[in-house]
Amino acid sequence: MLLDSIYSILPDLNKAFFETLYMVAISLGVSLIVGLPLGILLFVTDKGLLFENALIKQTAGILVNLIRSVPFIILLVALLPLTQLITGTTIGPTAASVSLSVAAIPFFARLVETSLREIDKGVIEAAVAVGATPWMIIREVLLPEAKPGIVQAITVTAISLLGYSAMAGIVGGGGIGDFAIRFGYYRYDNTIMITTVILLIVIVQLMQVIGDGVARAVNKR
Amino acid sequence: MIEIKDVTKIYRAKGREIVGVKDVSLTIERGEIFGIVGYSGAGKSSLLRCLNLLEKPTSGDILIDGVSITKLGKKELRDERLKIGMIFQHFYLISAKTVFENIAFALKAAGKTKDQIQGRTLELLKMVGLENQKDQYPAQLSGGQKQRVGIARALANDPKVLLCDEATSALDPNTTKAILSLLKSINKELGITIVLITHEMEVVKEICHRMAVMQDGEIIESGDVYTIFANPKEELTKTFISSVIQMDLPEPLLKNRKGIVIKIQFKGAIAEEAIVSELFQNFKVKGNILHGKIEYIQETPLGIFIMELIGDEGEVKRAIAYIEGRIENLEVVKHVA
Repeated sequence: MLLDSIYSILPDLNKAFFETLYMVAISLGVSLIVGLPLGILLFVTDKGLLFENALIKQTAGILVNLIRSVPFIILLVALLPLTQLITGTTIGPTAASVSLSVAAIPFFARLVETSLREIDKGVIEAAVAVGATPWMIIREVLLPEAKPGIVQAITVTAISLLGYSAMAGIVGGGGIGDFAIRFGYYRYDNTIMITTVILLIVIVQLMQVIGDGVARAVNKR
Repeated sequence: MIEIKDVTKIYRAKGREIVGVKDVSLTIERGEIFGIVGYSGAGKSSLLRCLNLLEKPTSGDILIDGVSITKLGKKELRDERLKIGMIFQHFYLISAKTVFENIAFALKAAGKTKDQIQGRTLELLKMVGLENQKDQYPAQLSGGQKQRVGIARALANDPKVLLCDEATSALDPNTTKAILSLLKSINKELGITIVLITHEMEVVKEICHRMAVMQDGEIIESGDVYTIFANPKEELTKTFISSVIQMDLPEPLLKNRKGIVIKIQFKGAIAEEAIVSELFQNFKVKGNILHGKIEYIQETPLGIFIMELIGDEGEVKRAIAYIEGRIENLEVVKHVA
């Protein structure tokens, strides 16, 4: 009876699983591409650093805080026109990826900034004293030194995106969270509910284990 | 040659002004090892960091081989920095890079080709004795080995000047000795001018030719190391010197002396003359050596003796006058009670 019930939802669950993966992958990719440079920018424009610039630092900082302070559920709705503009639709996982990316970029950028901040200032200074260009310092000192921290940041961002992606169901985004609410919660079907929750727990554990493993491997300290 | 001209460095923090370096003028000759001593907060680190413009002086100028580095543009300053190596107390190596890559980084900054980098890095590794550690990460090295990597990195682009920021302060005494002798040979064989700052007088005594003492951002005394060791003028300098040449008698020992206690200091060639034996031949006094030591500073002897002279008062006075005539430095530590 129990197995039957799980078996019957498998095709739908499978679809939902890949929708989630798809949303997380796209928005994680976008947040890496945009968030990493943004995080570096937040760091290097700080006082006493390579490109000290109070104006850029303040502007970027305020923008990041602004997006981060809007609850995701509101961001999701507020960004519908932008989503329409970019993807031509407001329904489905691709559409949901837009708001997910917008939310993840500043989140990831702050995490990158934090991991850069942990680098001993002396190491940066030693590179300046050697006569290296700022670009070389970013590529060969900042990024390698912050690598373990950045890997951790990617893990945290991916796990958060998994959580946020569940909310995307509200606007018809699809994915595991959406599936759990529609089939499990609304239909009072505990089997489905528990199955999906277990699946999410397994995914989160897996991401954490992989992330920790990679972070440990790249850490030479 | 480095000319420091009226350099002042003022830090502004929270509306307050803190003077780091106050109106310092100093000339460091090509090929010498120059030591700047002072307690922490004396401004020696700020001054050193002005020499490669890690700190920009608030006023004043710094000329290296006649070029005013404070007026250089960004690109020219980077080129100038290739010619000024620097090593640090905490080494500041890139922890994610191997020993080889850390040194190669400096060569890459100079725009060297891959082949040039490969060859030169191996050469440098050999010079500092780390050929076998080239693929290790800094975390796997001892403090002394880390500093050797720092030295190799600093020397990568054949600099004319090497700045040492408390380079041995984090190392144990034996490692300190080894690093100092490496610095000494670098200075001798490559002719690189070395400017070092330290709070350890031992370091200055060991390798410096000339020195300066800093206090509250100012240079209070400077000159030839031997001259300063033999004849310190300022209180602080004396304190620093007494940390390496301990020459005070324990108080109880001094109390129990019956005769006059004198402290005499022999400098240079005179340390090898037989003044003391002549003294006892010519005067009817008995001598009792309480303490004695000969230090070699830059291979020149500096002898200090504390003696008790016992005998007829007039005869002792004449004996003292005799010594005073022969050497400059005699101090009566204790008169007859």
